[in-house]
Amino acid sequence: MAFIELINVVKNYTKGSEVVHVLQDLNLSLNAGDFLALMGPSGSGKSTLLNLIGGIDKPTAGRVVVGGAELGGMSSSQLAKWRSESIGFVFQFYNLLPFLTAQRNIELPLLLTNLRGAQRKENAMTALRTVSLDDRAKHKPGQLSGGQQQRVAIARAIVADPQILVCDEPTGDLDRQSAQEILELLEILNDRFKKTIIMVTHDPLAAEHAKKVLHLDKGVLVESTEEAVSA
Amino acid sequence: MTGLGFVWKNLYRKKTRTFLTFFCLYIAFLLYVALGSIAVVFSVDTISGELGANRLQTSAKYSMIDDIPKRYVDEISQLDGVELVTHMSWFGGYYKEPNNMLVTFPVDPSTFFRVYPEYEISDEHLTAFLETRRGMVAPISLVERYEWKVGDIIPIGSQIYPQEDGNYIWEFELVGSYTPDQDGQTAVLLQYDYFEEATAFGKGAVGWLAIQISDPQLAPELSQQIDSMYINSSDPVRTATESESNRQFLAQYGNITLMMSGILLAVFFTILLVCANTMAQAFRERIAELGVLKTIGFNDYRLGLWMLSEAIWLSVIPAVFGVLIGMGVLFMLGSSGATAMFVPTPPMSVVLSTAASSLGLALALGVIVGAIPALTTTRMSIVDAMHA
Repeated sequence: MAFIELINVVKNYTKGSEVVHVLQDLNLSLNAGDFLALMGPSGSGKSTLLNLIGGIDKPTAGRVVVGGAELGGMSSSQLAKWRSESIGFVFQFYNLLPFLTAQRNIELPLLLTNLRGAQRKENAMTALRTVSLDDRAKHKPGQLSGGQQQRVAIARAIVADPQILVCDEPTGDLDRQSAQEILELLEILNDRFKKTIIMVTHDPLAAEHAKKVLHLDKGVLVESTEEAVSA
Repeated sequence: MTGLGFVWKNLYRKKTRTFLTFFCLYIAFLLYVALGSIAVVFSVDTISGELGANRLQTSAKYSMIDDIPKRYVDEISQLDGVELVTHMSWFGGYYKEPNNMLVTFPVDPSTFFRVYPEYEISDEHLTAFLETRRGMVAPISLVERYEWKVGDIIPIGSQIYPQEDGNYIWEFELVGSYTPDQDGQTAVLLQYDYFEEATAFGKGAVGWLAIQISDPQLAPELSQQIDSMYINSSDPVRTATESESNRQFLAQYGNITLMMSGILLAVFFTILLVCANTMAQAFRERIAELGVLKTIGFNDYRLGLWMLSEAIWLSVIPAVFGVLIGMGVLFMLGSSGATAMFVPTPPMSVVLSTAASSLGLALALGVIVGAIPALTTTRMSIVDAMHA
């Protein structure tokens, strides 16, 4: 069985009396260590698909199985625990807490573990070194550039050592150079640390960094291409 | 960083807003402890519980400022069930300056300390008081505050009684001190015989009587009997238990308990709104952040609990400061004697009880204002929160 598998997944939203069909009978299989880019126009269902894989939303119908866990059958608390152990999230607008330093932001997921304070701090510093920002540990988000904030967000995503990284347009708010740095960092995490990465992007140049590219249109998987990772 | 540390950091992220909210709550709880303690003292239950059950008080029927004949002491002493009668008069005293009032009573030393055994005086000082015509005794706290010494001649002015030569400044010799049963009691006791001899008017009259009875059960019957004795005289009297008399005296100020309760209710309704507004703003500002935290893996209940505990800290921290300062204010007022003139000093047990109820109130306030944000946090979906 694939590491991530979506079987006949349907996702509808209700807006007033109108039912919006976001994903329609979608099937998808990903192996551990894949680096997938999800592309498609706005409203095509990319983020919804990401939310389903990340366990922050549930399908209207069908099954979502990640790492052998059937997400549809889990309670809210079980899903929260599973997310904290299995998934790292990277958002377009970084979503760091502005009143905490970079190090404290990275420590947040570790509050859900049994690690002692000193160990949490050490792990946070290790994650910061991985993203080459250990000299910015005491800086608050407002004192960092966009690219640096996104690297801190990536450090937060990997600090608990999850198997999967879910990235929602991680370069969407960055200039080209910063975006390139982030994409290279994701490649390193995929190649060297064997993280499975699912990345939503509008940017074809960003998608070139992925091993696999999927296109969604109106909730339907319309194209699938497998590409070599760009050097 | 711990969960508690995270809550604290959230609490102080808007420092000005948090400080202003703290300040409002601090003032409210300071008022609560100060006014609440005084209101409790004015309540019937407290008065009844604090004062002796075996004492009656007899005063002029129509006004407490009217005198009654001193001969009533001897006449009432003859009644069955009456053990001892003593008398006091309101001297209207002050020390040095008219605005530096002293609670001052001319009394009969031979009976006063027997009717009021809770006022402890040494045999030596009592003998001196009995034998010194211009003698006076004062509570030990007052003696220490004014650095009086036994043998000093203390000038005490009267707002009411001049001497026969028209002089309102009297001189008394301090012959001793006594220990009252209640913190802040500052009554200075003067030799009645000397007062009666020297006063320009009011000879043969006293302010009121304190009657020690053999059995508290006899109080209603004796009260009625005493009042009947003088009902057709030119000086009718009103007799009641000491607690009831004190309640009636305090009732001259109006329904203090009701007034203060009204003020406190208004204060707390206002701070409830202030506190709720602060929490509502804090919640609205961080809906997206809560979504992020849920995404990371914090479950609904933990985040709801953090939101609730933030609201509780928001109300409890200033409450602790308000309560401590309020207790300090009451203590200072009590030890300075400033409250003794018109307002009874709340006993420490009342202050502590009010302080405890303040902290309970702060806790309840925190739960009330934190409940809705906490519940909303637990019910909020991640997708909705992230799009807020």
